[in-house]
Amino acid sequence: MEQVGSTSHKKRKKFWTEERKEAFSGYIYISPFFILFFIFGLFPILFSFYLGFQKWNGLNEMEFVGFQNFEWILTDPIFWASLSNTLIMWLLGTLPQLLIGIILAYALNASIIKMKSVFRVSIFMPYVTSTVAVAIVFGVMFNSQEFGLINVILGTFGLDPISWSTSEWGVKIAISTMVFWRWVGYNTIIYLAGLQGIPHELYEASVIDGATVRQKIQYITIPLLRPIIILTVFTSTIGALQLFTEPLIYIGRTYREEGITVVLYLYREAFSNLAFGPASAAAIILFLIIIVLSTINVFIANRIGR
Amino acid sequence: MGDSYTQKQSKIFAKSFLYFLLAISAILSIFPFYWMFVMATNDNSAINSLPPAFIPGGELVANFMNVINTIDFFGAIWNSLFVSVVTTIGVLFLCSLAGYAFAKLKFKGRDILFIAILVTMMIPPQLGLIPQYYIITKLDWLSDMKAIIFPGLIDAFGIFWMRQYISSNVPDELVDAAKIDGCSNFRVYWNIAIPVIIPAFATLAIIRFMYIWNDFLWPLVVLREESAYTIQVALRGLIDNYVRDNGMIMSGTFWATVPLIIIFLLFNRLFISSLTEGAVKS
Repeated sequence: MEQVGSTSHKKRKKFWTEERKEAFSGYIYISPFFILFFIFGLFPILFSFYLGFQKWNGLNEMEFVGFQNFEWILTDPIFWASLSNTLIMWLLGTLPQLLIGIILAYALNASIIKMKSVFRVSIFMPYVTSTVAVAIVFGVMFNSQEFGLINVILGTFGLDPISWSTSEWGVKIAISTMVFWRWVGYNTIIYLAGLQGIPHELYEASVIDGATVRQKIQYITIPLLRPIIILTVFTSTIGALQLFTEPLIYIGRTYREEGITVVLYLYREAFSNLAFGPASAAAIILFLIIIVLSTINVFIANRIGR
Repeated sequence: MGDSYTQKQSKIFAKSFLYFLLAISAILSIFPFYWMFVMATNDNSAINSLPPAFIPGGELVANFMNVINTIDFFGAIWNSLFVSVVTTIGVLFLCSLAGYAFAKLKFKGRDILFIAILVTMMIPPQLGLIPQYYIITKLDWLSDMKAIIFPGLIDAFGIFWMRQYISSNVPDELVDAAKIDGCSNFRVYWNIAIPVIIPAFATLAIIRFMYIWNDFLWPLVVLREESAYTIQVALRGLIDNYVRDNGMIMSGTFWATVPLIIIFLLFNRLFISSLTEGAVKS
């Protein structure tokens, strides 16, 4: 007995070498991520692709319907409206945001400016506010009534009040403003970090060579800022394609055609109409759009990088 | 002489232009907070008149009482605080542990698994929304905080961030020395790595806390009972009424926003660097 015990003990000791112990610990330490990601990430994604081809309301048996869900969605004018709304609000909310972000970062980086931290903190404050709060506050500002703040301001310029929440462009401008206000400071600070990373010697050398301010911006600032510009375009594009909270809060359960976005459409199909098949099909289409736009982005980034 | 005079003049012009630009931006950034406060302290008739109230009124308490009578404000704040704190602590532990494994331990497939984690960052979360909801119903976690906490523990960026930080801040010699002294891998992580990575914890904690606190779509989908609402979902209840009481709506929104803004103002440097550095470095 004694001998058996000692040999098995020896064997175990041999099995648990330092390398094995280390590898075992390594796998244990990273396993929570993979377990959780499998349950709440990978499996749902694969299941979404499956659901896109099923008819299902969450209760009854699933029924395979081929491409019917996709046909149904692609012939639904509301889906096309959601798609074009998303793209329009992406342009209205994102491009001005990035452009003004660069200008503000440039101003904040100028050596002649004092009280920088006060400006920095105030410009960044909107980002700390929740999207729901932003949407509620701006929703009240963009009230369609004549006592809504924006309409009052228009009134002081002698302009007629606009029914923001029901007009084709009013909804989009209101929602884009919310996105713009919350994110412009964030992007400003990111650009500022990029500007501060540009070595001072470059500017000094260019001054010796007699460069003008415009030349400095054109030949030093913009090229060196390029990776960061690409990064912000990339992240804000993906963010804009997932626009949901602002339109839901602003236009509410009416899901108005003027303001519905792709994710809002998906949400309506799934949780209001219990049409999980078409909703999953919409999710797949959104995924494909994101992949295409990301690929274009990477492609452009590589070309510019050269 | 004349040339230097115009140069000086154009410099003053440039300076005042930049100040003007920054001042306008700062005012536009802060104004909605002021406006929130103005409406939160005025009654509906003062808000809905022409011209509307532009200075704070005396209805601060009355409006907030209406909020409490309409939604479970403090319950929702507590729920938000609870899920945000628990998820953040969990993320700090799991991400630093995984980051430590990727930075300091050797095992087969380490690099491929790390790249796999980075790839998961590219996938938009809404893609799996419906099956995720279905899984939560199958687990019987609807209106349960577990539905927010467990999916919230998945943080690929956090693992990436921790790995980078541990690689460059925890010296290999220290790890080896501790191992020779007979420390287990977990002991080395706990006693050697943790004290060094406290600054990285602060950054990750701010990012994660803010994300969970402000998240809306997922809580909206899985929290069905009012008693389980986070503050973001509860705020929506304010605007869902047939009668729009803007004073009350803004009061709820104001008091839900103020705590985070105060914390931000106190630690503004840490907040700004944490929330932007992460984006730039990845």
